[in-house]
Amino acid sequence: MPKEYMTIRDVIGPLLLVEKVTDVKYGELVELQFPDGSMGRGNVLEITKDTALIQSFEGTRGINTTQTRVRFVGKGMEVGVSKDILGRVFDGLGHTIDGGPEIIPEKRLSIYGEPMNPYARDYPEDFIQTGISAIDGLNPLVRGQKLPIFSGAGLPHPQVAAQIARQSRVLGKEEELAIVFCAMGITFEEAEYFISEFKRTAAIEKAVIFINLADDPAVERIATPRVALTTAEYLAYDLGMHVLVILTDMTYYCEALREVSAARKEVPGRRGYPGYLYTDLATIYERAGKIKDKKGSITQIPILSMPEDDKTHPIPDLTGYITEGQIILSRDLHRKGIYPPIDVLPSLSRLKEKGIGTGKTREDHSSVSNQLFAAYARGKEAKELAIILGEAALSDIDKKFAKFSEEFETRFIQQGGFENRTIEQTLDLGWELLSYLPKAELKRVSEEQIEKYMSRFVKEEAEEELEEVKA
Amino acid sequence: MEQGMISKVSGPLVVAEGLTNAKMYDLVRVGKERLMGEVIELRGKTASIQVYEETIGLGPGDPVYATGEALSVELGPGLLESIYDGVQRPLDVIRDKVGDFIARGVEAPGLDREKKWDFKPVAKVGDKVSTGDILGTVQETTIIEHKVMVPPDVEGELKEIYSGEFTVEEPIAILEKDGKKHEITMLQKWPVRCGRPYKKKTPPSVPLLSGQRVIDTFFPVAKGGTACVPGPFGSGKTVIQHQLAKWANAEIIIFIGCGERGNEMTDVLMEFPKLKDPYSGDPLMRRTVLIANTSNMPVAAREASVYTGITIGEYFRDMGYSVALQADSTSRWAEALREISGRLEEMPGEEGYPAYLGSRAAAFYERAGRTICLGKDEREGSLTVVGAVSPPGGDLSEPVTQNTLRIVKVFWGLEDQLAYQRHFPAINWLQSYSLYMNETEEYWTKEVDPEFKKLRADAMAILQREAELKEIVRLVGVEALSTNERILMETARSIREDFLQQNAFHEVDTFSSLKKQFLMLKTIMRFHDTALEAIEKGINIKDILDAPIREKISRAKFIKEEEIEKLEDLLKDISSQFKASRMGGE
Ligand SMILES: Nc1ncnc2c1ncn2[C@@H]1O[C@H](COP(=O)(O)OP(=O)(O)O)[C@@H](O)[C@H]1O
Ligand SMILES: [Mg+2]
Repeated sequence: MPKEYMTIRDVIGPLLLVEKVTDVKYGELVELQFPDGSMGRGNVLEITKDTALIQSFEGTRGINTTQTRVRFVGKGMEVGVSKDILGRVFDGLGHTIDGGPEIIPEKRLSIYGEPMNPYARDYPEDFIQTGISAIDGLNPLVRGQKLPIFSGAGLPHPQVAAQIARQSRVLGKEEELAIVFCAMGITFEEAEYFISEFKRTAAIEKAVIFINLADDPAVERIATPRVALTTAEYLAYDLGMHVLVILTDMTYYCEALREVSAARKEVPGRRGYPGYLYTDLATIYERAGKIKDKKGSITQIPILSMPEDDKTHPIPDLTGYITEGQIILSRDLHRKGIYPPIDVLPSLSRLKEKGIGTGKTREDHSSVSNQLFAAYARGKEAKELAIILGEAALSDIDKKFAKFSEEFETRFIQQGGFENRTIEQTLDLGWELLSYLPKAELKRVSEEQIEKYMSRFVKEEAEEELEEVKA
Repeated sequence: MEQGMISKVSGPLVVAEGLTNAKMYDLVRVGKERLMGEVIELRGKTASIQVYEETIGLGPGDPVYATGEALSVELGPGLLESIYDGVQRPLDVIRDKVGDFIARGVEAPGLDREKKWDFKPVAKVGDKVSTGDILGTVQETTIIEHKVMVPPDVEGELKEIYSGEFTVEEPIAILEKDGKKHEITMLQKWPVRCGRPYKKKTPPSVPLLSGQRVIDTFFPVAKGGTACVPGPFGSGKTVIQHQLAKWANAEIIIFIGCGERGNEMTDVLMEFPKLKDPYSGDPLMRRTVLIANTSNMPVAAREASVYTGITIGEYFRDMGYSVALQADSTSRWAEALREISGRLEEMPGEEGYPAYLGSRAAAFYERAGRTICLGKDEREGSLTVVGAVSPPGGDLSEPVTQNTLRIVKVFWGLEDQLAYQRHFPAINWLQSYSLYMNETEEYWTKEVDPEFKKLRADAMAILQREAELKEIVRLVGVEALSTNERILMETARSIREDFLQQNAFHEVDTFSSLKKQFLMLKTIMRFHDTALEAIEKGINIKDILDAPIREKISRAKFIKEEEIEKLEDLLKDISSQFKASRMGGE
């Protein structure tokens, strides 16, 4: 029997302090009835004797201390799931908002989940071909990975994420795929872009969409990714589907967390974000993965916009400390007109080692990608030098590297928004570009591989001279 | 036992009333589910408790049960090859009990109660024994013989000692002191927050070999020493820790995944049983204990996990083994401390960390060391501790890094720029240091080659000079360099790319013996000297730099340990190559 109180003492930001309560538990779900009759939800953040501190997901506008009813539900927040959620659109707390019928839940699950036992995990190692060279060739995604996109205002992260969602497939496998899309604080237009993308490719039938927009209550955002991931876990581990979860934008999520923390007057960590931001984010990101002897998997692509494009800002920083790599978009490349503007050097996929190579992609994948990284880094360095001192200051070899890095950006990284390259195409393209460099400089690839994959691109000396003469 | 009542719940912190006899760091059971917790503050009639499991669903009025015991680990046969959570619950047992996700309130003892171990006595009836004396042994895994020792604070005359198959709770010996009999089992308990006793500490003197060239050659850590690896995300902290766990020439490995990724633990779990120890040839898992409190597991247990790990490490040290412990990452431990401190409303210090951060960190690293163990045989053991540090934004001025650097003797500074270029291990060779150079030099001189010391110093000098020359190039271009300086720049590049860079995921490159490290560096330096001589003789620099032997030098890292003579051949080739080109030049 839920107990109801009208004993709110304080309202501070999104928080309520309710007095004279009994038998209230930490984390308990709370229903609020506002003076105008509308309903809201919240949960217990702290409980001291007979006083409960509550965060209201709907915010506190319109709440007063005398007429607002607070009901303690006797359990934590849950989401109802069933097969029928596929193809449906929900708000940030899991209510349907697409005009369709209510979901009749097959079961109700706590949105907080439980930590996956590391002993039960299965190491992700199935290569996902996204068709994007900068990802597949250099920072490959594997099934069960959490690989965020670090972006900035005005950069094309929706396009990149949508292209990944559209083109992703595991080579040689036909399986049940699903998309869970979780919007937190983004604009209506951006959310619409994704939804229309899913509609256009018919992915919508296998998608579950949770929407909390910029003008929706901020605190609700704290629950949204948890609702979405609980749903994803149901699809993956109960229904055996391979789920791709897109979480966008994590920055707004973190800001909501900061708002609550500030209202609680907690000792702030860096830039006002709470000290537990790392742990909190981990309870979201670590819900990606695979389980031994279970069919499904959860692959996460969180998107976050870096405030001031600063990678050391706590949000990207702590994210990078938890996720299994990061894809970083670069404003420089974007200005040069390169799509996708992926800055490959600081980007990283930590799970690539076991996802690529013989039997997965191609035997030369690891070494050719190492070589491309090394060569591009050296070329960029040379180009920077050339900017200061002029091309003439470079050694002959460095000139070649500088040239290489240009070609690399315009041919390897750059590709069409609908261009879907196979992994062979990507790797061969890499070899072709490497063939512009002196063989002795290619220390990361073996001679056998050079012979096998690169020799067909190497121009005969005579040919080269001929070209030089022409030029 | 005494029972109290919850009055407040705030995240992992619970405040209880009515625990009048509770002592600091006592273990308590919280709520109807009897969740594990530890008393961390006593104030008037209230006790603050950090709870090692999720506290959702707890509330005022719920019971709290005292146990009267301190938070302890179980020590005895069965530790090796285990994977534990932060409070020593075996994760495999938890999975058997509650499935793939860790539910609350699961009780699982650290050591298997059913399993029988073959105990072979070495002490005899009538022996006078005391703490640390070895009563007998158990072959715990194929490579590790578990020494069953007289527990701390126990002594007497051996009245009976048995032989055969026993569980950890069955008596294996009976001692008598002052007419009182004392049963001894293979199971000992030890409170995690106290260091285990030893006879005395001695200064570390031999290197802990890691098979990683930049570490062993330039910044070695000694057995019984301390080291830290700070670096921003993605710079290679975990890979270095994994490499140590794989290839370090320690007899026992304790790997603590403290607040980091679940998949990294899974990786170790799946890989170690397959990998072979280069020294014993047996699967690496047989000498390994894993502690996993991943970032999504309860935060208070993260704080405890490093103590659980180090206590197990000390226990093996006490047997006379060399133990290497990796804690990845100590920053997560410090953050857990900060979170609890914040909930206790303690006065925050720098960046919100409690004022006692420095002393806690120091106390942890102090538990490392090379020791003469308790016990008649005066055996020697060592415990080496390597902690990863995860500074926010890679900024080394933050409190955890600074407090750690004050204590540890080796600093492997990782740099993101190197990682972006895929220069791995991304250890900055100009900033990193080891204070064990002198000790380990002796070892190199004796075990490998007297020439080593000079070789290393010369190579480092070249790297330092390179940094200066690079500045000049940046200002005025390569043309400003003399021929000799250009040779030096090329040699520096060769040291960086052909020696310092080491691919952890390459079958051969992942491990280099000392001999191989020495020969590789010698080859590079020999080429350098020969090149300078050639310049002197008027040979064109282009001819020198185009010498085909340089490509061979760059591929030397892929020479297998079994074919190490190829490196010696290469060394000879360098001289002959230049003779040839000298002739060609003349
Ligand atoms: N020695 C190495 N050899 C090859 N790759 C490495 C090495 N060290 C690091 N890496 C690469 O860098 C990535 C990040 O390393 P990791 O140790 O996980 O970083 P951190 O723990 O500092 O975040 C790895 O996934 C791997 O791709
Ligand atoms: Mg790491």
